[in-house]
Order: sequence, then structure tokens, then C-alpha cells
Amino acid sequence: MIHSLFLVNSSGDIFLEKHWKSVVSRSVCDYFFEAQERASEPENVPPVIPTPHHYLISVLRHRIYFVAVIQSEVPPLFVIEFLHRVVDTFQDYFGVCTEAAIKDNVVVVYELLEEMLDNGFPLATESNILKELIKPPTILRTVVNTITGSTNVGEQLPTGQLSVVPWRRTGVKYTNNEAYFDVVEEIDAIIDKSGSTITAEIQGVIDACVKLTGMPDLTLSFMNPRLLDDVSFHPCVRFKRWEAERILSFIPPDGNFRLLSYHVSCQNLVAIPVYVKHNITFREGSSQGRFELTLGPKQTMGKGLEAVLISSQLPRGVLNTNLNPSQGTYNFDPVTKLLSWDVGKINPQKLPSLKGSMSLQAGASKPDENPTINIQFKIQQSALSGLKVNRLDMYGEKYKPFKGIKYMTKAGKFQTKGLLRGRAWDLKN
Amino acid sequence: MTPMQKLLQLPVNAMNMVKTAQDQMGQQDEAKSPVMTPDGGNHNWYNGEPNDPRHIRFGSGGGDQEERAHLEEGGGSLSSLVTQPLRHDDLKEMLDSNKDSLKLEAMKRIVAMIARGKNASDLFPAVVKNVACKNIEVKKLVYVYLVRYAEEQQDLALLSISTFQRGLKDPNQLIRASALRVLSSIRVTIIVPIMMLAIKEAASDMSPYVRKTAAHAIPKLYSLDPEQKDCLIEVIEKLLADKTTLVAGSVVMAFEEVCPERIDLIHKNYRKLCNLLIDVEEWGQVVIINMLTRYARTQFLNPNMNESLLEEGGGEKAFYGSDNDDDTDDEEDKEEKEKKKTEATAIVKRKPYVMDPDHRLLLRNTKPLLQSRNAAVVMAVAQLYFHLAPKAEVGVIAKALVRLMRSHSEVQYVVLQNVATMSIKRRGMFEPYLKSFYIRSTDPTQIKVLKLEVLTNLANETNISTILREFQTYIKSNDKDFVAATIQAIGRCATNIGEVRDTCLNGLVQLLSNRDELVVAESVVVIKKLLQMQPEQHSDIIKHMAKLTDNIQVPMARASILWLIGEYCEHVPKIAPDVLRKMAKTFTNEEDIVKLQIINLAAKLYLTNSKQTKLLTQYVLNLAKYDQNYDIRDRARFIRQLIVPTDKSGALSKYAKKLFLALKPAPVLESPFKDRDHFQLGSLSHLLNAKAGGYQVLPDWPEAAPDPSVRNVEVPEWTKCSSREKRKEKKADKPFYSDSEGESGPTESADSASDTASGSESGSGSEESGSGSESEESNEESESASEEDEEEEGKKKKKNVEKIKARKPVPESESEPSSGEDVKKSEKKSKPRIGSSESESEEDDDSESESSESEEEESEEESEEETKKKKKTTASKPPSKPPKKENKKEKKEMSLLDFDDFDPAPSPSQVTPLNNFLSSSLVTDLEGLSLTDNVLSPTTIIPSGNLKTYELLHRITGEGLSVEYCFSRQPFSPDPHMVAVKIQFTNSATSEAKSLHVEDAKLQSGMRIKEFPEIEVLPAGETISVVMGIDFCDSTQAANFQLCTHTRKFFVSIQPPVGELMMPIFMTENEFKKEQGQLMGMNEITEKLTLEEKCQGEHAVVQRVTTAANLSRVPCGSDKECRFAGKTVTSGSLVLVSVVTKEDGAAQLTVNCEKMVIGTMLVKDIHQALTQ
Repeated sequence: MIHSLFLVNSSGDIFLEKHWKSVVSRSVCDYFFEAQERASEPENVPPVIPTPHHYLISVLRHRIYFVAVIQSEVPPLFVIEFLHRVVDTFQDYFGVCTEAAIKDNVVVVYELLEEMLDNGFPLATESNILKELIKPPTILRTVVNTITGSTNVGEQLPTGQLSVVPWRRTGVKYTNNEAYFDVVEEIDAIIDKSGSTITAEIQGVIDACVKLTGMPDLTLSFMNPRLLDDVSFHPCVRFKRWEAERILSFIPPDGNFRLLSYHVSCQNLVAIPVYVKHNITFREGSSQGRFELTLGPKQTMGKGLEAVLISSQLPRGVLNTNLNPSQGTYNFDPVTKLLSWDVGKINPQKLPSLKGSMSLQAGASKPDENPTINIQFKIQQSALSGLKVNRLDMYGEKYKPFKGIKYMTKAGKFQTKGLLRGRAWDLKN
Repeated sequence: MTPMQKLLQLPVNAMNMVKTAQDQMGQQDEAKSPVMTPDGGNHNWYNGEPNDPRHIRFGSGGGDQEERAHLEEGGGSLSSLVTQPLRHDDLKEMLDSNKDSLKLEAMKRIVAMIARGKNASDLFPAVVKNVACKNIEVKKLVYVYLVRYAEEQQDLALLSISTFQRGLKDPNQLIRASALRVLSSIRVTIIVPIMMLAIKEAASDMSPYVRKTAAHAIPKLYSLDPEQKDCLIEVIEKLLADKTTLVAGSVVMAFEEVCPERIDLIHKNYRKLCNLLIDVEEWGQVVIINMLTRYARTQFLNPNMNESLLEEGGGEKAFYGSDNDDDTDDEEDKEEKEKKKTEATAIVKRKPYVMDPDHRLLLRNTKPLLQSRNAAVVMAVAQLYFHLAPKAEVGVIAKALVRLMRSHSEVQYVVLQNVATMSIKRRGMFEPYLKSFYIRSTDPTQIKVLKLEVLTNLANETNISTILREFQTYIKSNDKDFVAATIQAIGRCATNIGEVRDTCLNGLVQLLSNRDELVVAESVVVIKKLLQMQPEQHSDIIKHMAKLTDNIQVPMARASILWLIGEYCEHVPKIAPDVLRKMAKTFTNEEDIVKLQIINLAAKLYLTNSKQTKLLTQYVLNLAKYDQNYDIRDRARFIRQLIVPTDKSGALSKYAKKLFLALKPAPVLESPFKDRDHFQLGSLSHLLNAKAGGYQVLPDWPEAAPDPSVRNVEVPEWTKCSSREKRKEKKADKPFYSDSEGESGPTESADSASDTASGSESGSGSEESGSGSESEESNEESESASEEDEEEEGKKKKKNVEKIKARKPVPESESEPSSGEDVKKSEKKSKPRIGSSESESEEDDDSESESSESEEEESEEESEEETKKKKKTTASKPPSKPPKKENKKEKKEMSLLDFDDFDPAPSPSQVTPLNNFLSSSLVTDLEGLSLTDNVLSPTTIIPSGNLKTYELLHRITGEGLSVEYCFSRQPFSPDPHMVAVKIQFTNSATSEAKSLHVEDAKLQSGMRIKEFPEIEVLPAGETISVVMGIDFCDSTQAANFQLCTHTRKFFVSIQPPVGELMMPIFMTENEFKKEQGQLMGMNEITEKLTLEEKCQGEHAVVQRVTTAANLSRVPCGSDKECRFAGKTVTSGSLVLVSVVTKEDGAAQLTVNCEKMVIGTMLVKDIHQALTQ
């Protein structure tokens, strides 16, 4: 399966290599570098690159390419999914997954990689098991280790792998028993200039942070489980119970984990919480263009829009902008032509706007008037789909846990298109 | 081995000896290292290091100096040759020291070197000594080093082997596993025999974790020495039979790497793998599903083979039906059934397709995995459904695949590739999700292009207008590659869908005035292709394009325009020569493809309009004659010979016109994903559209299915279905069922048979609960068993039974056997059973219990008593006609019910809230049925009549309303985790009681209650029975609630005896022993007791135990021992009871139960039952 792994940074240097079978020379990455050069954008490097003797499957996360070397047939998603799991694990261990963090913790990284794969086949990928095997580095532990010379490899042999609940370690103890659930929904939408929705869908997750003693058995029920028609679960969730009763029943992993993710598709009507009006015009022959943008809340169920951020890729012909925001700060990068406006909180009484002029390259032809506008925002204490947790019960343990549930809505890939649709071509149908 | 151990005992000498040699070798290696590691990236890296001081500081005290040396080593691998031994001596010294912290420090540095791809092989002797180090982290890092360099230093690596061999014998399973893991990772050929031995041993290790490691080691050994294949296959075969989920994924992986062609090894394990699948870890699931896909392709018939004869439309319709993903299995099955019926009428002569039950099992057990969080698992299931499922069922995967589109872009990339392939074959499947493929400006180009591909594949007459509208917005994108791809896509839509061809063409022509040259060029190319389809109508477009030659510089576009003008020069007779004139002027500056087209144009014009163009043509040909490109020179020469008539010109020139102006067929614009599905979807080969090494071809469906019996497992399991022929014979005997057996009969029934088989292995493997339409035949089987049952019981009770007309179960009408037949049957039964079938073994059990029954006078009386009782109850309510009818119907329904999970079939009385006036009599009727019908719990001697009733509400406190309850011991069908409680209301007051219902349940946490439907009216003097369900959560806590009438509320509580918290399950003797073996220690409670006088005798014991607890009897070879099995209702924990009788009434009672509290209480209850 997975033969070797190379980590490549954004400047094209291999800064870590690991082999699970016999050693593959790092020159194999030359094929990858070729593809990297050919690609216009970093994310356009094809995930699968065939070479004469190997196949390179790569993922790009945090501006690091994780390049796996494969020698024979294997489902590509298998490798991709595994690589992402590796990144997640690093992130879990070091807080961030940057080149510096990996270099700082190169030994831990190596130990992790050693445990995660055996002969190229995944062995232990559950973060709970890994943490039992290899303790994550903390500042305190690093100091203690330096002084005492002790190690970050677990003294105890892990038990999780052998138990029936491989995702949970045994003998967990907490003084405060807490279980927090975050229902986070992201809305993806494409909206046309007139404000009508082309497509909108909600992507939700329930992330949990469970710190409970012993082996608790939790059940989580919803007020409106019918909403969840397309879900994927953490392996701990008992599928049959869900099928039969629409109740999530599970023995939770210890710590942070993603309980489920769900998808409310575009067939259901999705209420769009924000609207944007924009008018960007360029006049032929003039070196000036007008820019006007206002936005306001819409169907937010009484909750305020926060952390609003507008960004737009302006046409190449734009040299600079002279805009006036009614609130927040705006920034235009003349090199990348990226306009970003940090609006902050929207006050429904006084809607924020951004107006002004743009200076264009002299003599250049009139640019297209269709920059796409990307919007980010947050709505606290509300899940846009209306999903509500009914109750959380715990069995199997005597104590009373502290329970908390938080809702949040965020914009995912939320954009409005500059073009008014259906005008250009006369369509019969 | 001994010399090796010696070596290890003398490490110092050995080390010193090899050390010097090694150092030299190391230097050589180092000198070579630039070759091994391309220095392009390295230098940057190393140079950058000093700026990043945190980087390799591992924190020890005297680090600085060493670190500098360390960095120097990195700085220039060539220049540091001289200083190298010195520096490595530092590390060696540290490794040789006694302090673990120093060793650790050294190992960390070495590992950091390895991680950066530095050569650290010269340290091998120093490192390998530490393999036996006590410190775990040092040890682990040594392992890392060893695995990396052992291949290069084979002789020295042998020094470590004995440590691992010792580790293999360690009492701790994790140490055994890790020793095997490292041992097998050392790629040294000499130790192959040792590895082989270790693997064989580990394969029969007690610990599943060690067995898993053994499975991992198999491919390692195989790649080291392929000659071991035969031995390894033996190990694989052994491990495949393993029943733990931990091992399953790894061993299938090994199977795929070592012997994927030995599909025969899978037969026996097929069902087990299907049933384990959901509990296997996610990576293993992927491997197993992929392998099973291939397996199924060789073993089962094409489920769509009949459909292929039907027109495409039928199939399409079915998609829409199944797109609705909420479909439960039964719904689908129903659908399928219906479809099959229509098919059957359409193709009467064809043999109807019957899906193999194992095929269905696979489809059913993989379906829940579509919900996995792991994209690879979802994809694996999706490809399985695509390749194996009947067309109507494939739709379920679309939603899951669309969900994956939200994942990382790499995942999207792979998924879209597969969706593109699928959407060609099964367009309808993805149509509802069209909008999910709309493109965002933030998508990477490769994703955009793939989405375009999918959108194009999905385009049809109905949605083309929305798609085209969407495409128009894409054309304005800044991403030029994407714009080009969009225009191509528009072209494809136009060729595929005739209705929009003109619209598209006009749209593309509009694009010709676009400011972006690339857009124009791409449009020209596409327009050219479109025009080829109907050139006559579009001469104005051709004219328009001719004008473009002045502006467009993109060679491909220019070439396309020229070709168009040449090809259709008769449509533009005036413009064409002019274009040629212009081109002749610029000929020398054109690109090669344009030049070739100019020559073509010239030739064509010369043939059609030689008067105007003769000179021009000659001029062009002359220019071409001296062109730098030989291709152009050749072309010019060739064309000149063809078109210009000379003396020497051969026969060909006569045909020049035909050659040049032949009608060219319009190009077919095809998806690049067409026919990609001959590669297994989701595979690397599919993605690359080229066979990757090690790819296993997905075989075509077989013409005729191979023998399905190969998958039968030999272990005598009562659940196992008998061979088909036998079942068919049985069926043929029974005209009664012939009507209910439509075309779908065999399929469905076969399904359920497999279901039961599955259940037997995994305890509760099958997911669905009592689905009505599913299992005619399995019930038939049970029916047949029941007949046996009824025969004997029936004989005894015949007289009674005949009196009780209303109660007479339908099948009995034909099961009144002649005594001769009976004898024959019992003869058959007495045969020893080898690999006996379900029905047989059941018969056996029955006969055992029955015979014991017939021996015992007492019981006979008892049963007679019972029936009398029944008679009374039925007599009290004269059997009116409606109940009888109902009864009949119910009975039939019951026979249709699936009895997977070995629950006795749910009693219909609970299924339907019937009309009040019916229900009371019906309940009793049905109860009567359950007596003769205890097919489903053949050994439960205790019938409902013997149920103990408890008082819930006394007549006096209830003001005339008295309520009694008993535990009906029927599974509660609305929720199998509830205990069914039959509640009987008697209104002895003078007025009628109204609206009896339950209210305000006060329950312990976790307990649940399912109320009975409200009783509207209970007339004075009447009695009514209802059933409610209570989930006691496997505890004997009372359920408190209020019982309300229209006037009053009564606080009541129901407390279950522990014996009612369980339900019987069926087990074979072997299974029982196995399960009992797993529930030892704390889970086992044994008690000695003296049986009461009346209670000595097998039957009495059975009788008492089953009265005390709702258990079923497990067949047993010895008559000294009685065994019972059940599981708790809520959690399904096993409850096993065995009573061994000894002389003089002494006996030993053993209860094994996971739940210790239940076990203890049960022991108490049974003890009491047996001694009093």
C-alpha cells in the first residue's frame, strides 16, 4: 500500500521522509515538482501523478504537500483519506501543522508515523489510541523531560486497541465531568446579482468535547431528527439505533471528536441570512470605475450577524481603489487584486456600505464587470437549518455530568455572482 | 540460531570487529550520498537551519557543541568527510553510555537524521546493541532505525534477531505483537525461515491483536521471498477463518497482496465477512468491500440481465423511485418485486432472475457503511453498488457521493472522477443533485473541469436550459483553462441534444466577438465541429468566421477556420479565394498547423474554382516547397501531384476531387469518461484510465452461477439453510402457498434464509426487524418444522383442537399426517445429522422435547389442562365469524413475518390496535395459536396459559375495575427492546368504564414505556386485554404510572421478575459451549442445590426453569444436563443457564451472564423454583 511519505514545503523542499517498506529514493519527487511547476495554483497539482515505477498521491494542507509513494493498485481515496488523517493527528498533537511545528517535533512525528502504518497499511489511526502510545508534547512535559530525561512514549501499554471500543481508552478520570456539543452549520450558497438563490445548502457538524469519567454511554436525541437525512457518523455511533429510533447512542471517545456531520441539501429551501447589493461599473475609455456595495441582514431569526468579512477578486485591470467604508476596515492588495473588507458586526439600523472609485490601467481594455463577491459571517446561538438537540442522557455511570450545547452558523462557500443570469443567450426552453 | 545468540552475548568483541570495517563502509556510503539524494532541495534546507535554532534542539545540557557538529554534517556532505568519524563518535559514545537519557538523546538525533533523509548507516553497530534496552522510547527509536537500515547491513541486523525471538514468547500480547512487527519488517533474506515460523505461531496466538500483526507480516514476508507463497496461503486460510473483527481487515489485505486469485478461499468465509463488516475498522472495510466486489462478480448472476432486454425507459423510471433515499429495505424489495412481476409478464418464457441470498446479504450489509465518515469506505460501497446492485437500487449511493463533495479538494477530485464515469451509465441517479455540481469561483481548476464534465453528462432535454445558463456565467471566469473547458462542454451538449443545437451555436457565435482571444479561439474550434453536422444552414456563420482570420492569432482557431472555409467553399464562393489570398501573404509567418490548412484550402479551392485561384495555389505550393518543416514540404509535393494535371500524373489525379471533397462524417464529441467503468470504480487504475500494477480485473458476470453451496459452512448450525433443491421440493408439496409465491418468492425467501444464517454467526448481525414481505420461505421452513411440532402435539390434542374451531391454524389443515408418514419422518429424524440443516435440527430438538413430553404423564395432563383452559376462554366468547377471519389473516401475516434475530415472531395482537370489540377475543385466540404454533420457540414448553398473573389494581380499590397483568413472553413488536406486558381489565362495576389509558409515567432513567391504545369503552361485566411494552432497561426496578379512567386515576406499578427481562434465543450445543466459555470468571455464578422431590426428572426441571425465566432450551447430548439460553431484552446480553443433575436429586446450577446483577438474581429465582 503506502510505500513512503515525503513532506514538501511550499518552496519545493523535501523536509521529511519516512519509508515503511524498502527505501525509495527521494528523486521520485522530481515528478511531483514537475507537476507543481506546471500547475498555475498550488491547489491545482493533480492529487494523483503516475511515474514510470510509482504513483504519487498527494494532499495539500497548511501549505505543505504530503506526498505518498505508491507502488501498486490501491484505492486513491484510501491514501488521500489516510493522509488527511495524518494531518489531523499532527494538528491534534502540535496545535498547528506547520513546517516549523513538524521540524520541532520531528521525533514525535516519526514515532506517530511509525505507529499509524504497518507495512503501508493503517494500524492505529484513532487519536485516543495514539495518545496512549505517544503522549502529545506540552510545554510542561518538554521541560520535565529535559530535566529528568523521561520520555514522551507511554509507559503503559495501550489497552484501547484491544478493547471492544477501540476509540476510547480505559481508566479515564476527571474531576469535572463535562460534555460539550457544538452544532456548527456552514451555509454554502451561490446567489446571483438580483439576489435570487442559485444553489444553497447547509453543511453541519456536531463537534463534541467529552470529558467524562469511566465508560459513559450517551444518547443524544433531537427535536427534529427528520432534518438529518444525509449523515455520516463517527464509528462510535450505533447505526441500528439511529435507523430505528433516530437517536444517537454512543460510547464517546475521550476528548474532542466529530460526532457526526450532516448535509441539508439544496432541495429543501434554505433561508439566506444576508443580502448583498453591489454595483461595479467601468466606463469605456475612462480610467475610473465605480464601486458600490451594501449589505444587510435577512432572515436571521433575530440573531445578529457577526464577523462579517467581504472579499472579492477584482479584475486585473484595476490598479488601485479609493473606497470609503461606513464601518470596519478595508484593504486592497494591488498585486493580487484582492479586495477585502472586514465589516465586523452588522447593525440593522445602519447598514454598512463601501463606496468609492477604482483607478484602472490606462489604455487597457474595459474589464468584465463581474467580480464574484465572497462573504463570510457568523451567527451565534442559532443553527440555520433549525436543528435542535432535545436531550442528552448518560447511562453506565453514576455521576451527573455537566452538559452544554452551543449552536453556530457560519458562511461556508458563500458567494454572489456579478452576472445577472439568463440574459445573454436567448434560450427557448 | 545458537551462533547468533553467542554473538549477542559477546557484543563488545563483535562490535569492535565490525566497527572498523563499518566505518569505512559508512564513508563510502556517505561519499555516494549525493547520488542518492538529489541536492536540489537539500542545500536550502540545511542552509536555512541555523536560522531556525529551535529546530533540532532536543534540550540536553551539552547540546550546543554537538549540535554545531551536527549541523556541519548537514551543511555539506562532501566537505565534512574528514570530520565525520569524529562527530559520529560522539553519538556512538552516547549510545555506549549507561545512561538512558544519553542514549535517548543520541537516538533522537539519529532519527532526526533519518527523517531528513541523511545517511546514518555507519552508526548501525552502535545502535543495534541497544535493541534490548529497557527504556521504551530508546527501544522504539532503535526499532525505527533497525527497520530503516537492516536491509543495508544484513549481517549486523542478525544480532538483533534473538531479542525479537525472546519477545515473541513474552506473556504480554502487545510485546509479542511488537516483536513480530519489527522482526517481519527487517528485510533480511536469511531470516525468512524464522519469520515464517514466527508468523505461523502468531497466527494461532490467543490474542487477536497478535493474530492481526501476523496478518500484517504475511505480505512483508511475501515481498521478501515469494517462494513462501504456498506456506503463506495456508496461514491466510487459517486467519481468514478467524472470527474477530480485528483480524478480518488485515487478513483480507494479506490475501489481496499474496493470493488474490485464490477466490476459493473466500467461499467459506464469505458470510462471516459480510456480517462482521460493519464492526471492522474503517481501513479494513475498504479492503474487504473491494475484495467482495470481485468475489461477487465471479459467484453471482447479473442482477440486471433481464432488464437489459427491457427498454431503457423502464430502468430510468426505477431510478426516480429509488432516489428517494429514505427507502427502507423492504420498500426497495417491494419495488423490486413489483418490477419483477411486470418483467415476468413481459418475458414469460425467460427464467426469472433469482438473486442469490448471499448476494443480497452483501448488498444489505454494506449499505449502512454509506454513512461512514471515511470517504474511502463510502466510495468502496458506492462502487460495490454500482457494480453489483440491481439497477433500481444503485440510486442510494448518489446522495452519499454528493456528500463527499464537501470534503477536501483531493477527495472531491477522486469522487468527481468516479461520478463522471457513473453519470454516463446512470444519468438518472445524479440528476436530482445537479445543483451540487455547480461550480464556484473558488474551486481549483481541476475540480471545475471535472464538475463541468459531470454537468455535461447530466444534461438532457429538460435541464439543458438551466445548465446552459450556468455555463454562460462560467464563460466570464478569469480562469482561462476553465473557460475553454466550458466552451467544449457547450459543444458537447449541443451535439448530444438536438433541440439546443441552434441555441448553442448562436451563443458560441456571440462569443466570437468576445474580447478574450482564447475564448474566441476555443469557440471557433467548437463551432467548426458543430457546423460539420449541418453546414448548409449556416453559411452566414462561415462568412462571419472568415472575417475573423484578420484578428484571431491562436493557431488552432485559425486552422479551424481555414478548414471550414475550404470544406464548405461552395457555400462561400466569393469569400474563399479572398481568404486564400490573405493567407498566401502571411504564409511564411504562420504556425505549422495553419500552414497545412492553407495548403488544404488552396487545394480545395483549386479543385472547385481553379480559374480564380490557380495562381494563388501555385504560389502557396511553391512557398511550402521550401518550408523548413518536412511535413509541410511533403504535403505540398503530394498535393501538387494530385491536383495539378501533368503528363505524368497517374490515375489518382482523376479522383482528386473525390479525395478532397469527400463528405466527412461529423465528429462525435464523447466524454473522456466513456467506458471507463471497465475498471473497477474507485481504483487507481480507473482514475488513471490505465492498468496499474497489481490491479485485479473485475471479472464479467458468469453465464451461470457457480454452485452456491460452497459458501455453506460445515459447522452444524441450525440456522443454515438446506440446499435449494430440497427447499423447492418442499415447496412443491404445498399447494397452499403456491399462490403467495410470486416470481419474487424465491428471491425474497432466499434472502431471509441468509439472514438467519447471518444471525447465527454474529449474534445479531442482520439489521432489519420483522419486515413483512421479506421471508416467505424461511417461514415456510419453520412452518414445516411447526408441522412436525404440531403433528405430535396435534395428535395428542386432536380431540381438543377439533372442538376449538376458531383456533385452528390454517396450515394444520394439510399437516394432518397419516401415521405412516409420521413414522417415516421420525425415522428420518433418527438419522445422525451431519451438517444438518436448520429444519432438521429443529425437528430434532422438537422430537427430543416432544418425546420426553410424551413419556411424562404429568405433562400430558398439564397440556390437556391448558387446552381446556383455552377452550374455556374461547368458549366464554363464542367464536364469531369476524374474529375467525381476522385470525386467519393474522396467521398468514405471521407466517410472512421475518423471524431473523431468532426472536419468536411478534404476536400480531400487539402489532395492530384492533377494534375493541374484537381485541379481547382475538388476544385469547392468538394466544391459543401460540400454543400450537410454538415453532418459533420449539422448546419453550411453558405456554402462555401457564403465565403467572399479577394484580395491578384490586377490584375494591379500583371501584369495580380490576386489572391484572402478566408477562406475555411475546416479543413486543413495535419495539423489540421492550417487554410485552399483557394487561387485562375486568369491569365488575355496574356502569361502563370509559377512556382507559396510561398517563404520567414516572420512570427510572432510561426506562421507556409504550402505552396501549386508549380503550374507549369497557361495558360493565366485560373483560378486555391489551398489551403494552415496557423497557425495563434490564433492571428489576418497577415502572410506575397512572392508570386513568374517565373519572379516576390510580397509581400503579409493574415490577418484573428477573426472568421476564429476557427473551429466548436459539443456540446449538456448540454455540452454547463457546459462548459459555467466553462468559467465565465474574460472569459465571454456580450454585449447588438439591432438587425438590417432584422436580427430579428432566422434564420437570425444564418446566420449572422455563417458568421462572423466559429462556429457551438448548439441545444437549446428555440427559443429565439441561441447558437454556436467552438474552436480555434491552441490551441483548446473553443469559446462559445450565442445570446438571446428579444422583439423589443433587444438582448444580450455573448461570453465565454478562450482567452480573441479572445473573445473581436469576440464580436466586431458579434456585427457588427448583427447590420449592
